[in-house]
Amino acid sequence: MNFTAIKAIYLFEMARFFRTLAQSFISPVLSTSLYFVVFGAAIGSRIDQIEGVSYGAFIVPGLIMLSVITQGISNASFGIYFPKFVGTIYELLSAPVNFLEIVAGYVGAAATKALFIGVIILITAFFFVDISIAHPFAMVGFLLLTALSFALLGFIIGIWATNFEQLQLVPLLVVTPLVFLGGAFYSISMLPPVWQKISYFNPVVYLISGFRWSFFGTADVPIAVSLLAIAGFTALCMAVVWWIFKTGWRLRQ
Amino acid sequence: MQPILQIKGLRKAYADGFEALKGVDLEIAQGEIIALLGPNGAGKTTLISTVCGITMATSGSVTVGGHDIISDFRAARSMIGLVPQEINLEPFERVKNTVKFSRGLFGKPQDDAVIERILRQLSLWDKRDNQIRELSGGMKRRVLIAKALSHDPRLLFLDEPTAGVDVELRRDMWEIVEGLKADGVTIVLTTHYIEEAEAIADRIGVIAKGELLLVEEKERLMARMGQKQLDVQLTERLEAVPQALSGYDLVLCEDGCTLRYSYDTRGERTGITKLLRDVSEAGLVLRDVATRQSSLEDIFVGLVHEEPGDAA
Repeated sequence: MNFTAIKAIYLFEMARFFRTLAQSFISPVLSTSLYFVVFGAAIGSRIDQIEGVSYGAFIVPGLIMLSVITQGISNASFGIYFPKFVGTIYELLSAPVNFLEIVAGYVGAAATKALFIGVIILITAFFFVDISIAHPFAMVGFLLLTALSFALLGFIIGIWATNFEQLQLVPLLVVTPLVFLGGAFYSISMLPPVWQKISYFNPVVYLISGFRWSFFGTADVPIAVSLLAIAGFTALCMAVVWWIFKTGWRLRQ
Repeated sequence: MQPILQIKGLRKAYADGFEALKGVDLEIAQGEIIALLGPNGAGKTTLISTVCGITMATSGSVTVGGHDIISDFRAARSMIGLVPQEINLEPFERVKNTVKFSRGLFGKPQDDAVIERILRQLSLWDKRDNQIRELSGGMKRRVLIAKALSHDPRLLFLDEPTAGVDVELRRDMWEIVEGLKADGVTIVLTTHYIEEAEAIADRIGVIAKGELLLVEEKERLMARMGQKQLDVQLTERLEAVPQALSGYDLVLCEDGCTLRYSYDTRGERTGITKLLRDVSEAGLVLRDVATRQSSLEDIFVGLVHEEPGDAA
């Protein structure tokens, strides 16, 4: 393994993040605060407790997941799309690095940024609602896996995209609906039976359910199923990335 | 000695059937400067991109320093530096950081002394903390060279390094190339400026339509294919080439006072002595004579206008 190269890519990408630290920071804090004001205080005060948790606290894991997923995707997709756009990708393709090293550098950096945002939101949440974390290690584990797997998905989107519109398309058309319908703001058990069944086809349901379990000890689906789902999703993304580098799809002519 | 670059039967065909390289064979010795000359679209950049791993070959093999570029890509690519034709740089990065990134990407431990040496060598040291977007076009090209040199490559590809740069910068670039050669770096440069190849290359390869038409020592190429011209200037104006000199392939120039005689320097007899005697016997008075060696440009234009089939 060319660890020097991984480190170089990782630090280069992180430097981009730190250059715009204030922006990276303010926007998620602001939007999370708005969610708490609207859903937690205004609407939430009229909603009963869900599974023994106040509504304001109930939405915290979903909000964190929403940000980690969208940040993971957008950071990783931009990270690899930008070199394609400005042409610096030539250097990556001609360097003595294999696909695992490239992925480790880019996806690692994107996941770090997403994690960072996730932690910021968690801290912000403490200012608005009373929450306790039942399984802190599991929580960190879920956060890590989610950040990594969706950064991988973002990496694939960045390679696939041939213009900036496409770069926005997948997060907008696919990911946001999946996250909103994934139980970020409600428990799956609150849905009519038909929609409950349909929801089980949504991979994000398993993530949010597992993550919520790590906070409150209750879940829509068994925790083992959640873990399996996220492992399967990560494996699928890795397989696609492996195929991309093997065939040179949208990278090498 | 083992060649630093060995290309055998390299073919590149695109999905739409276009053949960018039609079986190129090339060997490059350590320490030489070779210029690949060819018109736009001849396959120069494709050849370089394939060696560097940016483009995948359809068939054929390439080794760099004895390392296959596919099976032993790490060793092969570690030896290569590439300066692309386009100015591909991230506009918001700072000069020093982007060069350091390149060094890291090639697996070399960070070494500030090396980065400083390279930046100084390319007159970029004063600009080390500037953002790329603040630099002039010429400076950006230097940054690309600095990035390519950051990991001490043994084989440097310069893809049209002086396309669109001013004369002064071109001279600077040539000096940089000379300096690198002195350090033992092998240089392959592509250009469509013949004067560039003529000025700095040891050997010249001519590419057209995906085929390497020839590779020869510059001097030998010019001598072998060089035609010389003898201009005989007369004191009087002529209307036509005199009958007495019709045995020679003479051209009367537009001014009417110059007879142009083309001859081959390879020939045992150039025919000059006899021509001059016959000119004087024809009653013409010489004012001056001048000879002119044909340039690479003449050779080049002659070559690429032949059908590839004829040349192969």
